Amino acid sequence: MTTIDGTRLIEIETPPEEDFDRREAIFRVHDLAVAYGDAVALKDVRLDVYKNSITAFIGPSGCGKSTFIRCFNRMNDLIPSARVSGDVLYHGKDLYASDVDPVEVRRRIGMVFQKPNPFPKSIFDNVAFGPRVLGMDKDLSGRVERALHNAALWDEVKDRLKESALGLSGGQQQRLCIARALAVEPDVILMDEPASALDPISTTRIEDLMHELKRDYTIVIVTHNMQQAARVADMTAFFSVEVSPEGGRRTGILVEYDKTSKIFTTPADKRTEDYVTGRFG
Amino acid sequence: MSSRALKGGLFQAGLLFSLAVGFVTLGVLLADVLIDGVGYLDGTMLTEPPSIDPQIAGARPAILATIYLGALLLLFTVPIGVGTAIYLEEYANRERWYNRLLELNIQNLAAVPSIIWGILGLAFLVRGIGLGRVLLAGALILTLLVLPTVIIAAREAIRSVPDSIRQGAYALGATQWQVVSRQVLPAAIPGIATGSILALSRALGETAPLIMIGAVTYIAFDPTILGPFTALPIQIYQWVSLPQPEFKLLAAGAILILLAILLTMNALAIWLRNRYRRTW
Amino acid sequence: MTAGAEPLRLRAERRRIGEDVVKGVLALCALVSVLTTVGIVVALFQPAIEFFREVSLVDFLTGTEWAPLFEPQHFGVLPLITGTLLVTAVASLVGMPLGLGSAIYLSEYASSRARGVLKPLLEILAGVPTVVFGYFALTFVTPLLRDLGVGAEIFNTLSAGLVMGVMLIPTIASLSEDAMGAVPRTLRDGAYALGSTKLQVATRIVVPAAISGIVASFVLGLSRAVGETMIVLIAMGQQPNLTFDPREAAEAMTAFIAATGAGDVPTGSIEYKTIFAVGATLFVLTLVMNVVSIRLVRKYQEVYE
Repeated sequence: MTTIDGTRLIEIETPPEEDFDRREAIFRVHDLAVAYGDAVALKDVRLDVYKNSITAFIGPSGCGKSTFIRCFNRMNDLIPSARVSGDVLYHGKDLYASDVDPVEVRRRIGMVFQKPNPFPKSIFDNVAFGPRVLGMDKDLSGRVERALHNAALWDEVKDRLKESALGLSGGQQQRLCIARALAVEPDVILMDEPASALDPISTTRIEDLMHELKRDYTIVIVTHNMQQAARVADMTAFFSVEVSPEGGRRTGILVEYDKTSKIFTTPADKRTEDYVTGRFG
Repeated sequence: MSSRALKGGLFQAGLLFSLAVGFVTLGVLLADVLIDGVGYLDGTMLTEPPSIDPQIAGARPAILATIYLGALLLLFTVPIGVGTAIYLEEYANRERWYNRLLELNIQNLAAVPSIIWGILGLAFLVRGIGLGRVLLAGALILTLLVLPTVIIAAREAIRSVPDSIRQGAYALGATQWQVVSRQVLPAAIPGIATGSILALSRALGETAPLIMIGAVTYIAFDPTILGPFTALPIQIYQWVSLPQPEFKLLAAGAILILLAILLTMNALAIWLRNRYRRTW
Repeated sequence: MTAGAEPLRLRAERRRIGEDVVKGVLALCALVSVLTTVGIVVALFQPAIEFFREVSLVDFLTGTEWAPLFEPQHFGVLPLITGTLLVTAVASLVGMPLGLGSAIYLSEYASSRARGVLKPLLEILAGVPTVVFGYFALTFVTPLLRDLGVGAEIFNTLSAGLVMGVMLIPTIASLSEDAMGAVPRTLRDGAYALGSTKLQVATRIVVPAAISGIVASFVLGLSRAVGETMIVLIAMGQQPNLTFDPREAAEAMTAFIAATGAGDVPTGSIEYKTIFAVGATLFVLTLVMNVVSIRLVRKYQEVYE
């Protein structure tokens, strides 16, 4: 596809136009704001994430996209000064209700990080860690094998499951982290810039993997690479930074959220247009 | 030679001299102890109890007591020290004033003179609760003395585990204790072990607290945990204080044994550190 | 994949009591250190306060005779304080310049290979038990001084001070070296680029920039010297002596505490309480020095890290 000023992005096969309005919304986010202490990092966010879709968050650095994705699995809880307000509804239930256990949340909503972070253990123990701590002990080897298959890593490691995961290449380690997340049979997989630390070939493999995984999972990714969003995402949300006139405080806001094709070809907001055509950001 | 170069050369020589004094002294000390003590370093030293006759005197009760003290110290300091370190690094909210006070407290305790620990032991353990001048009292007070050092070392080891590992484990749905016990601690064990062994070796060389606890008495029998005791540093002190010159030589022999024990422990700690050094 | 297939339960299965128990146990461990400090304070100050009800603080701090175990009893602590101060002074005159000099060499001059050898050697020096230093002072240094015609007594402050100074070198050197290492490379590079010599960079740039850490190391060294027991117990003497001549024997505060505590003074007697009075004085002195030292270290850490 091409963008509005006629420059071609990479020629890709755009997914057939789906009618997303009838798709089931797994997440409904409403009036979300996140503050670290006094500094408001993100505010006024409102969007829905649809089942079995790939949703991408794009925008310049500092716009709060990583902060936002971490709201979906309550990872911001780990930062003592973080305060989340607003609603994040998951299958209709508020993730931040007082009786909700973050552990249950994270069992269903998995995460892959920007820099691959395999545990200093064997490949098998890496993938088995999640099932073990969650009490999913039955048929552990079967689970591990399935997860590694689904992460397109099985053939490369099946003969060395007992070796240290730290001996794998960067791309392999990231697929291992994906396998790790898959092993607990989540509903959703969050990916925070999953390929930004990888070489182009590994990146392509990860993107192909995302297309396959989308059949069974819902995927949300943060990426600073617009072409990547254009390649993989069904829906794209563009975030930007608002600088307060007095104090120079920077707060992230959601500018526009729509089907990827629309964001990149006929964006509604000028700021989106400026970003995707490379005039800034 | 220009005056700048001359000044520079003299300065550098002066600095090297500073280093040299320390090392030369160390060398002379070791040589002196070796020369004095090697003659008395034989089976008698290791197997016989002390005696008024220097020819048949040995340091056996002292050596045994030092070993027992070491074992008890390990038993007491590691759980409490590592537990405190885990609390401070993983559970305590740094913003709270009481946790910051806790940290400051531990830093101060690490620098308390060893004689003060002796006074504490005397007042509380020996006389206060009436434990008496027994080996257990010595072990307890040495535990308190060395605990701050073990805590600090364990904290360093825990802190060096990268946060990305914790994040990865939390994201999979692990509880805090699962993250700590299954990821952080296993990764930190080499550092904790190294730090504990080094702290322990320092404790085994301590004399002042044991003097106050009352370990100076002339002990001619094997020590028991709830009985009177002496220890290698105490035996050295006692022998070096006796007027006869042969006892000074016996003291040198005992010093050699003590140094050998400490050297082994330190070598073990350093080997551990190098063997399990992890590049993240 | 699982949505809708099973009822969505986000509540915790059990109330995760285990987590709270673990946190409680760990907090208890931390409590041990708090109780320890409380214990030290109570153990020292309660008998000390009782002591000062019987002996006036003024007499204690200004009296020049210390004879608590003899008749007639005198409780003037000055001889013990001068003993400690004198040996500390000798130790500082040795340890501070040598420690700082070693640190400057390690930080600014030594190659990394040299450092790989020298630093472990320093650690070995730091690991020598003080009773061994005491032995060395009594059996080697004192006879050496006497042979050199210094005219020292069998027990004397000078030997103890010299050996204590060497004992302090690793403490002062490692803390000073840390402070100097924290000074950013860019400061040095800037000076070298202007044509400075190593001597100038070390003395005019690095040392001043690291001064708070260096001073911290000196204060820590002082604190260790004041609190050191075995060297003074073995080599300096066990008779109080108000003098400024280091060739004479004298008694330091720590030696008095050790000698008296080892003996059989009856619990609760005034003689017994002298241990705590002197101990409390010692504790306050070292505590002040340690706090100052920690503050200074924090200062340079805040600036550079």
